[in-house]
Amino acid sequence: MATVRLRDVRKSYGSVEVIKGVDIDIEDGEFVVFVGPSGCGKSTLLRMIAGLEDISDGTLEIDGQVVNDLEPKQRGIAMVFQTYAIFPHMTVRENVAFGLTIAGASKEEKERKVAEAARVLQMEHLLDRRPSQLSGGQRQRVAIGRAIVRDPKVFLFDEPLSNLDAALRMNMRMEIGKLHQDLKASMIYVTHDQVEAMTLADKIVVLKGGKVMQVGTPMELYHNPANLFVAGFLGAPSMNFLQVDVKEAAGDRVVVGNGALDPLQISAEGSSFRAGDRAILGVRPQYLDPSEDAAGMLHGQVELTERLGSETVVDIGLRDGSSIIAAISEDRVLKAGSNIGLTFDATKAHLFPHEEIREEAH
Amino acid sequence: MASKLTRSNRSGWLMAFPGVALMTLFIIVPFFLAFAFSLTNQRLASPNAAEYVGFENYSDLLGLAVFTLEPERDEDGAVLRDDDGEIDYPRLRNFTRNNPEYPGLQGKREWFSWQSGDNRTVVLASDVVFMKALVNTITFVFFVAPIQAGLALCLALLINQRLRGINVFRTVYFMPVVVSIVVVSLLWKFIYSPGDGLLNNVLGWLSFGAFNGIDWLGRTDTALPSIMAMSIWQGVGFHMVIWLAGLQNISPTLYEAGNIEGASKWQAFRYITWPGLRNTAVLILIVITMQAFALYAQIAVMTKGGPLDSTQVLVFQAVERGYGKQDISGGSAISVILFVLVLAISLVQRYLTREK
Ligand SMILES: Nc1ncnc2c1ncn2[C@@H]1O[C@H](COP(=O)(O)OP(=O)(O)OP(=O)(O)O)[C@@H](O)[C@H]1O
Ligand SMILES: [Mg+2]
Repeated sequence: MATVRLRDVRKSYGSVEVIKGVDIDIEDGEFVVFVGPSGCGKSTLLRMIAGLEDISDGTLEIDGQVVNDLEPKQRGIAMVFQTYAIFPHMTVRENVAFGLTIAGASKEEKERKVAEAARVLQMEHLLDRRPSQLSGGQRQRVAIGRAIVRDPKVFLFDEPLSNLDAALRMNMRMEIGKLHQDLKASMIYVTHDQVEAMTLADKIVVLKGGKVMQVGTPMELYHNPANLFVAGFLGAPSMNFLQVDVKEAAGDRVVVGNGALDPLQISAEGSSFRAGDRAILGVRPQYLDPSEDAAGMLHGQVELTERLGSETVVDIGLRDGSSIIAAISEDRVLKAGSNIGLTFDATKAHLFPHEEIREEAH
Repeated sequence: MASKLTRSNRSGWLMAFPGVALMTLFIIVPFFLAFAFSLTNQRLASPNAAEYVGFENYSDLLGLAVFTLEPERDEDGAVLRDDDGEIDYPRLRNFTRNNPEYPGLQGKREWFSWQSGDNRTVVLASDVVFMKALVNTITFVFFVAPIQAGLALCLALLINQRLRGINVFRTVYFMPVVVSIVVVSLLWKFIYSPGDGLLNNVLGWLSFGAFNGIDWLGRTDTALPSIMAMSIWQGVGFHMVIWLAGLQNISPTLYEAGNIEGASKWQAFRYITWPGLRNTAVLILIVITMQAFALYAQIAVMTKGGPLDSTQVLVFQAVERGYGKQDISGGSAISVILFVLVLAISLVQRYLTREK
């Protein structure tokens, strides 16, 4: 178990900088998830921590020691890959014991540690099989077993579940969560699946284009996204964004509205909106409450209703031509074409400066 | 939906016909003809009809006998010696030529012999040249197969790196494969030539003139090794490419996993690369063995089996007999023996390298 600190860590391939100065603190025993869109540098960052990629600039500390120039094996880490990376010609037992074989451990030690890992992962019955005789989930279990046996200070996972089907993924997700509780080791987990991020993480790091967008607990990120990107990235269906005009601004109190939205007062702490500015109002679909009698502050027409049983997702065309999505947590039929009014709790809406739209485009 | 072509047997066969016919005519028929001829006394061009002779061709090739010569003794039983002190033995031909007491030795000639006490033990063969060819071929395979495969693997490992200009090396190593073996053999004949040959010149220059030059292809002790060296050089690029394909089939993540577990370069090779190359290794071993057994062009161009039969090999003998001496049945018998030999070795290799 150990802390991991990244200080202004950078990575360039030739003249292209893909990690652009990242600071992250990972506490002892913490489960940290890196999320972000494809190509944002999650894997690169993880591989830099593992020692598989050089660190172009900045410092990486594990357990208080700068490890920039150490070999992977000297860093006290273990890594689980998306493609499992288990050795096809070895049995499960040999795979799990691989690190010990390399280190020249005694037979008894190998037996003991493999048995221990097999017990934790409930795969005692698989030990004498070859990888070709295992399912995807079982293979990933072997890879995790190989990591456990090393007794690392930090576990690194690079999208370990993305090659598994949905049902298995949920199972394995829970197992990894349990594993973290059992082992209490620091873990860094890369994924682009936000459900994995929300459920597993003590702390989420949202990355985009090689930069950290926000760091915080899953609920902090969900309820108080620091910017448009984080707001839009977490939550499904993703947050609705309305282009609004600032009608009045007095300190933290801002009144916004547009063609479809009646003037609405919301609090925007620490921001500097002025009357006449344009802004983005973010509302999660779950917080929108439609009423068919057209009462409400947002006005539009029902375009499409998707009934999922426990939830109903409604596409609504707003009066100003934009469209939003509402997610109602019950089964309800809304007639297409009918006029609709939506209400929402202003304290659960978020106001972002309009400039961020342009930053998003990058 | 299956198209009409894949459903209709007749048009399928019709389309396969030209290929099948050609393959039958030029591969399958000759293969069985070789078996058939080897049981007759067929000659290349002869007015007489061929007759069935059973396994005579084979016994003519494979016949072996061991015979112990006792020294000539005087009346007291003392061993007679010649002027140089060498022991006098009765002449071998007294036993091998029309000697009714020794029908098993009839027509055989001395292959090699050794001394035991005063006696001399002689191994006789019906066909000494064939025996030499057999031994030379096996020697050739024995050295060429492992050296060529090993060298090719080393080259493949060296070349399987991401370095600037690595393609130049790939091309250079592969070049000898593209050039016809006959051309390569001619080139090496110049390289090996006595006196002003390239090899002798280079060795002379490297040793500041101390090296006097060797007639590489003209000496019984250097001719076969010279041909081996040249054959290894010529074929190594081809097998390098096969190894390379095998290497590139190994997932890079496996090496990363090995790296994380702390595997050294050697351990990565031992635990990841080598097991990953298993199937490639089996393929290469079998291919090299078969190619080496088929050695012909180098011999035909460079030595014609000489000097003193020191570079006789099976395929060269088969051709020499079948066409040189017009003895098609003898040549066929050699081909069949070669076939059985290669088949047996391949099966043994398959068995030894089987998936456990
Ligand atoms: N060897 C390399 N040379 C040049 N650019 C690279 C190299 N490896 C990665 N990159 C670039 O670095 C960026 C980050 O890649 P990375 O693999 O870390 O993305 P990721 O966040 O893991 O994406 P994904 O979710 O698709 O796995 C990408 O834009 C990629 O093109
Ligand atoms: Mg990735």
